[in-house]
Amino acid sequence: MLPWIRVYYVLRFDSLLLQNVRGEVNVAKTRSWRWSLPALLLAGQAHATGIQFNMTPGVTDISQQVYDLHMTIFWICCAIGLVVFTAMFVSIILHRKSRGVTPATFHESTKVEIIWTAIPVLILIVMAIPATRVLIAMEDTSDSDVTVLITGSQWRWHYEYLDYDINYFSILATPRGQIEGRLPKGDNYLLEVDRPLVIPTGKKVRFLMTSDDVIHSWWVPAFAIKKDTNPGFINEAWTQVNEPGIYRGQCAELCGMDHGFMPIVVIAKEPDDFAKWVEQEEARIAAIREEEQRLLALRMNIEEQMELGERVYLAHCAACHQPNGTGLPPMFPALKDNYVTTQDRAEHIKVMVDGRPGTSMASFARQLSLRELTSVITYTRNAWGNDTGDVVQAVEVYEYMQGKGE
Amino acid sequence: MSTVTTADHHDEHHDHKPTGIKRWLFTTNHKDIGSLYLIFALAMFFLGGAMAMVIRLELFQPGLQFVDPQFFNQMTTMHGLIMVFGAVMPAFTGLANWMIPMMIGAPDMALPRMNNWSFWILPFAFLILIISMFLPGGGPDFGWTFYAPLSTTYSNDSTALFVFAVHIMGISSIMGAINVIVTIVNMRAPGMTWMKLPLFVWTWLITAFLLIMVMPVLAGVVTMVLTDKYFATSFFDAAGGGDPVLFQHIFWFFGHPEVYIMILPAFGIVSAIVPTFARKKLFGYASMVYATASIAILSFLVWAHHMFTTGMPVFATLFFMYTTMLIAVPTGVKVFNWVATMWRGAMTFEVPMMFALAFIVLFTIGGLSGVMLAITPADFQYHDTYFVVAHFHYVLVSGAVFSIVAAVYYWLPKWTGHMYDEKLGQLHFWCSLISVNLLFFPMHFVGLAGMPRRIPDYALQFADFNAFVSVGGFLFGLSQLIFLWVVIKCARGGVKAPAKPWDGAEGLEWEVPSPAPYHTFDTPPQVK
Repeated sequence: MLPWIRVYYVLRFDSLLLQNVRGEVNVAKTRSWRWSLPALLLAGQAHATGIQFNMTPGVTDISQQVYDLHMTIFWICCAIGLVVFTAMFVSIILHRKSRGVTPATFHESTKVEIIWTAIPVLILIVMAIPATRVLIAMEDTSDSDVTVLITGSQWRWHYEYLDYDINYFSILATPRGQIEGRLPKGDNYLLEVDRPLVIPTGKKVRFLMTSDDVIHSWWVPAFAIKKDTNPGFINEAWTQVNEPGIYRGQCAELCGMDHGFMPIVVIAKEPDDFAKWVEQEEARIAAIREEEQRLLALRMNIEEQMELGERVYLAHCAACHQPNGTGLPPMFPALKDNYVTTQDRAEHIKVMVDGRPGTSMASFARQLSLRELTSVITYTRNAWGNDTGDVVQAVEVYEYMQGKGE
Repeated sequence: MSTVTTADHHDEHHDHKPTGIKRWLFTTNHKDIGSLYLIFALAMFFLGGAMAMVIRLELFQPGLQFVDPQFFNQMTTMHGLIMVFGAVMPAFTGLANWMIPMMIGAPDMALPRMNNWSFWILPFAFLILIISMFLPGGGPDFGWTFYAPLSTTYSNDSTALFVFAVHIMGISSIMGAINVIVTIVNMRAPGMTWMKLPLFVWTWLITAFLLIMVMPVLAGVVTMVLTDKYFATSFFDAAGGGDPVLFQHIFWFFGHPEVYIMILPAFGIVSAIVPTFARKKLFGYASMVYATASIAILSFLVWAHHMFTTGMPVFATLFFMYTTMLIAVPTGVKVFNWVATMWRGAMTFEVPMMFALAFIVLFTIGGLSGVMLAITPADFQYHDTYFVVAHFHYVLVSGAVFSIVAAVYYWLPKWTGHMYDEKLGQLHFWCSLISVNLLFFPMHFVGLAGMPRRIPDYALQFADFNAFVSVGGFLFGLSQLIFLWVVIKCARGGVKAPAKPWDGAEGLEWEVPSPAPYHTFDTPPQVK
């Protein structure tokens, strides 16, 4: 099928799951179920592909039940379709004027009408029973072992472990170059993040979901979880993953410009590995905090800041304000030759820390480390000919953040 | 005395009409207004279709090639708005204007001046909507469902124009619906009792009631969006005590009946065409009427099935799952009745019949995927994926649009006085049938495999399907140019059509000559 498209990618679903994310080696088995139909359709190149035609059965008991329910209804619908279309096509073939038939004159029958009203009702009842059972099981979030608060924002996810001192943002890791076609696309194109969510296998994990701005929807097909994150409200969902592995999903509710670019990656680890990860992660976050305290006494030079600042800018800012700082006015103002980025230094820090309420400009106080925050401010004040020569220091940003409380 | 004056007045106007642009601007004639609606709908169909082509072009390959994500979102939004409010609804209103008075033996619509007004505000509504795309920051980009707060706090200023345009569309629809109801209730010919009404008239009557009930709800929700955005209200903002999910409840309370507004008249059309070409009376006329009414009533009880993932309480979810499943029953009855009508008939397969048959098969496929979507646990996996896109395009394109096309072929001889070109019509049918399935069938697979809707770029495992779908989309778009050609050709000339070009047809519209005179049934016919 269309082999000339094929140059853009290698389609290996298995390799997708075996991918090494953030240097962590995870060997996962996939239960991804496929039809052999694509092999027939792709005669001659069947070896290369694993196109998925059907819903994934997933890796939890619930997702398996959802899959079974889906297949049951699917086959019932096929059977109904078969009966109706057979009757119709028999009629089309036999009862045509060109065969010299004379039309019958019957045009009503209460008995028949009652039969074909009653039979669908019975079929629907048969469908509704298992559907109700699965639904009630899905909604029971009690007795969970781990709780994660998931917060959606334009266009990234934030994960906060309520049982541990761990929280971080998770953003798209696919480079702009791949999206714009300047670089070859990787196997996990648009389905890779900088920091995946990590959960233990065999434990009931409860997700609390909310949003900082618009409605997003957190969807991981392998868990059969899709739940909207509503700003100002909290939704609940849960999962219990049976097999370690890497599972990928995407935001499912239109949430603005980069809705297509906020993927979800979840790594399920054995409980022991998970405990180790928690330890490492807590240590990492503690180290960052310590580093920040030390940073307050230090002065970073402009080269260092410009280098880090550019990286932060491309990852967090460029989607709206564009890599060359020209923005997409009026929704996303240009930062090049902007009054705030060239003149009003205090306002610049304020906007970065607090965001601009009522616009897409989020607060970056939690999203970025102090070091990153400082560097990106310096970067935008000196890039693209802004050339203010300003070198903002961490202590300046820190003081503003502290001063807010007063 | 007064009788004489009326007669004089009447004679003067009989078959006399202003010429040129004035005829169309000032017309109160149901046939002229019907034609205006249909031509407008066709123009919007091509405009909305062009936007679909942009969408398919961008999705042809992974990566961003042609448009940026913001423009892509504008395209999906405008495509939806234009197709729903600009193409499908006006096309059905055009058919209602042309056919309802002729079908019930009335001289015109009951409120002809309002009829003129309800059409002529429509082009301005769409002008405003389209102009909004050229504002700084671009047009509406929050999807045709404009969920808050994406459409309130986080939208750009074209939202005000969008709200205004939707208001005008709503007023137009309400006026059109009032006209249909008043006409059907008051202007039936003597002897045209309720249970003798053609099904197209019945389905439109019920549709008109749906319109009157839900269009004000739409007007309400867009107004709330406007005040949330500009006048500091907090209907949909939790910070002020509101709830973004409230938006969805109100929107879908309008939105679900709206879906039936776009399909009930289609049922009426198919119920007219199938008996004609099967040369056999419609099976189960009474049950068709009752089924239509049941669907209309149920349509008010199912709205939250669009919102299963918003985190409703489990009992609400169950309620909406059961009511949604229930809709399959009256809908099934309709399909069974059509098949029973064909059974032991003497069928021929002119273009209107071909489109009607394709409608039955493809609409049923869309209906069956609808049953799957009703099953809440499975819906968690289907929701907001291409599976849903496949579902509603099966019912709206190969459903509603095919029925409109079938109706146009069926009544073109009556409107123009010429037979359409049967060969070209068949070519149009087969091209449309094949391409519409290439276009929408693979969307089921790509949705099940996990591709979300409304994304401008996608992961690599979806690439083959998308390339395939795009090719189907381009072919379907091109096929519709054949339709344009057939219609223009038929309007300009062709074989003279007799008063009743289809030997199995029944109904008052076939008792007047073709083309239908400017004024028909000045004296009401007697219906046996």
